[in-house]
Amino acid sequence: MQRIGVFVCWCGSNIAGTVDVKAVAEALRSEPGVVFSTDYQYMCSQAGQEIIKEAIKEHKLTGVVVCSCSPRMHEATFRKTAQAAGLNPYMVEIANIREQCSWIHKDMETGTQKAIILGRAAVAKVNLNAPLIPGQTPVTKRALVIGGGIAGIQTALDIAEAGFPVDIVEKKPTIGGKMAQIDKTFPTLDCAACILTPKMVDVAQNENIRIFSYSEVQEVKGFVGNFNVKIKKKARFVKEDVCTGCGICTEKCPQKKVPNEFNLGMDNRRAVYIPFAQAVPKVATIDADYCTMLKTGKCGLCAKVCTAGAIDYTQKDEIIEEQYGAIVAATGFNPISLDKFDEYAYNQSKDVITSLEFERLTNAAGPTAGKLLRPSDGKHPHTIVFVQCVGSRCAACADKGKEYCSKICCMYTAKHAMLTRDKYPDTDVYVFYIDVRTPGKNFDEFYRRAVEEYGVHYIKGMVGKVSPQGDKLMVQASDLLANKQLHIEADLVVLAAAIEPDKSARSIATMLTASMDTNDFFTEAHPKLRPVESPTAGVFLSGTCQGPKDIPETVSQASAAAAKVIGLLAKDKLTSNPCVAHADELMCNGCSSCANVCPYGAISYIDKEFRMPNRTTAIRRVASVNPAVCQGCGACTVACPSGAMDLNGFESAQIIAEVDAICR
Amino acid sequence: MHNKNDNVRSEIIRRSGVNPVKCMRCGKCTATCPAFDTMEYHPHQFVYMVESGDIEPLMNSNSLYQCLTCFACVDRCPRGVEPAKLVEAVRLEVIRKQGANHMKPDSIPAMVEEDLPQQAIVSALRKYHK
Amino acid sequence: MSINSEYKPKIVAFCCNWCSYAGADLAGSNRLAYPENVKIIRVPCSCRVNPMFILRAFQRGADGVILCGCHPGDCHYTSGNYYTRRRMALLFSMLEYLGIEKERTRVEWVSAAEGAKFAATMNDFTQTVAALGENKRLEDLRCKR
Repeated sequence: MQRIGVFVCWCGSNIAGTVDVKAVAEALRSEPGVVFSTDYQYMCSQAGQEIIKEAIKEHKLTGVVVCSCSPRMHEATFRKTAQAAGLNPYMVEIANIREQCSWIHKDMETGTQKAIILGRAAVAKVNLNAPLIPGQTPVTKRALVIGGGIAGIQTALDIAEAGFPVDIVEKKPTIGGKMAQIDKTFPTLDCAACILTPKMVDVAQNENIRIFSYSEVQEVKGFVGNFNVKIKKKARFVKEDVCTGCGICTEKCPQKKVPNEFNLGMDNRRAVYIPFAQAVPKVATIDADYCTMLKTGKCGLCAKVCTAGAIDYTQKDEIIEEQYGAIVAATGFNPISLDKFDEYAYNQSKDVITSLEFERLTNAAGPTAGKLLRPSDGKHPHTIVFVQCVGSRCAACADKGKEYCSKICCMYTAKHAMLTRDKYPDTDVYVFYIDVRTPGKNFDEFYRRAVEEYGVHYIKGMVGKVSPQGDKLMVQASDLLANKQLHIEADLVVLAAAIEPDKSARSIATMLTASMDTNDFFTEAHPKLRPVESPTAGVFLSGTCQGPKDIPETVSQASAAAAKVIGLLAKDKLTSNPCVAHADELMCNGCSSCANVCPYGAISYIDKEFRMPNRTTAIRRVASVNPAVCQGCGACTVACPSGAMDLNGFESAQIIAEVDAICR
Repeated sequence: MHNKNDNVRSEIIRRSGVNPVKCMRCGKCTATCPAFDTMEYHPHQFVYMVESGDIEPLMNSNSLYQCLTCFACVDRCPRGVEPAKLVEAVRLEVIRKQGANHMKPDSIPAMVEEDLPQQAIVSALRKYHK
Repeated sequence: MSINSEYKPKIVAFCCNWCSYAGADLAGSNRLAYPENVKIIRVPCSCRVNPMFILRAFQRGADGVILCGCHPGDCHYTSGNYYTRRRMALLFSMLEYLGIEKERTRVEWVSAAEGAKFAATMNDFTQTVAALGENKRLEDLRCKR
């Protein structure tokens, strides 16, 4: 039997105004288990807490009921008080007689009666409370960053800077991501490579950072503080530690007709390649799909020219297993495929390009060495039409577009238009927009400059059709403000394609048991207050894998994610909420119902030996809850058909006792 | 927008099954409209004017009969608004109001060509019904 | 049964800790009155509410049981309220089959910001249940004093 103390708070006149606190204390004194009952003006005050502490010691209380304000307000306070008096803090329950009683009732009689019932329910619950001890788990002080774009780079650098080792896993042969393909950045127009490549070098030189390029995460097990990850290092057929990145092999390779993905297929590379000059790690990679030696066994030219002897045709995929305390998803984005947008003739004409292709066309390291030339005939375009919202905000085209706004297109289109007019003043530049969205520091000023200083024609309306005619592109569009239909003879059409999460994000989310929205963006733990954490403990989000973002926002989020990771890795032990689920192994039949409803993947199954009659033993599969991962929602407790699952602090018996007390 | 046209407006919305509020005013319907030059009111104006209850001018305009019912606007609309169905609904409003038929049912078969849009046939059937 | 003005139905409300319980607190902070018959039991998530608890409440003489959770998509635990929605759909149809009027049970989504909605919901629910009169079908007569 518990020895329960009841403490009724007046809260000045807040409670005492409509609740006869003395009558409540008196009525609860006769409840089962109650050995002490009192009232005081302000229980949460220093003096009030002293009353509780003294009563715990004097009456050897094993449980405490405080009838006061909402537990959301002072539950933590009173738990600390009990702990200070040597009582387990989870032996304290609050009866909410302020927000849910005195404040909503005007009549003293009804208020008092209700307060007594609420107090009774709390006493009934405490009678069944058991001391709970928060679990503790050690933390592996190493972080994994999945994705080596600007988001992953920034997160890794910040974590490494704080002194923790970080591994970056990047599926491409080099880190750098989309930002490496971009020419200039808005709204300052500094060159992307000039600000990105030094960061890439920092990553390569940082002692705390390891880069697994051309690698993929294959399996994630474990939980916050103790993830066990298998990384597949794909065979690149070049010894990474031997290759000097001289690039002779990439010049001598006879297989010249491989579409260069770094330039989005607008030119070709060799079968052995280094994606771009500033690649990190600067190591060649052999493309097994095109290499003659690997396909037919005849060639071997690269091995012959390599003075370092780095080529190794026998290399195999390698699996690396590593422990991590925290994982950051920074899987990034891609422009959507425009194959289904027939009206823009993207597949019919080489001169209809995406904005990312436009970036490569204007980049000094791109296929045209930075000269803006038409992909079809290499001529200088004189009329360029930019189309915004291609596939974005497209609610009616679930099969081809995206319902959301891709956020970055307004700004990069303004940038493209401005740069084109700056470099080639003889060009006519039209931008068709639905809305121009430029919230951001110096963003609207930037867009207005494109219009006012550079003479870009912004037209409110949409392009309905692009039809190639000869070497021209006939653009049929609406000008809504003039209520006209326009027919423009264009040389180049640039489509601001919507962006979508990288295809790999879905499988990574599954491995991490991190949740995603319907668009495959990672879901944050709270949209406002926990924007860089996944609901899954120990998994953090960096960059566009969480939602469309420009570079400044991506970098801020990356640093924020790093700060959260550092906060986690700085701890030696993790203390977990003890109000978690637990399975009664004798009742569990291992049916998996609980694991199926668990949103956190906290439940696994173990084979356990049970003693049976006649001195025999039997091995049965039973559920085992990982208290470090369980968040205590209780979904499993209801799903369990045998009633083996229960939730600490909110046990079925406790809730039923409350129900009984209320209905008595 | 509570005016006397509210009934007409809700009737047109009901009949067409189109929700004009979904329109985000991009103008792709008008950009894609092959009958633009002959129409006084263009697809995006139909959507906007029905939404704001300004239906009289539409009913009096010959745009109703210039619409080819080609459904290009329906196909291209990123928000699934279906302007052509609105045009058709306004057209029906006029026809029902006048209550008079201008053609004899016997004259239809000759007009029905194989590649006549189905919408036109259905609309004709409605028109010559009774 | 004629409605006795003295008759006060017993109503048990299960509220999830993150949204509805906070919504109830907000109703209190804003001094929005709702009947004292409503007694709230705090649960971590609406999905913690076992159909057993509701049956128990009816057995012990509750006249109505209302279950409040976060709005769909807003669950603190991501998906808990979806389980609630399905489970309660099943339970309520079974209760209806047993002759318990479906107005005696309700699932309502109340966010932490919807104090007014909480009070309005409780007022409406109490009225509805009061109009139905006492719950007799599932009551365990041995509990009767």
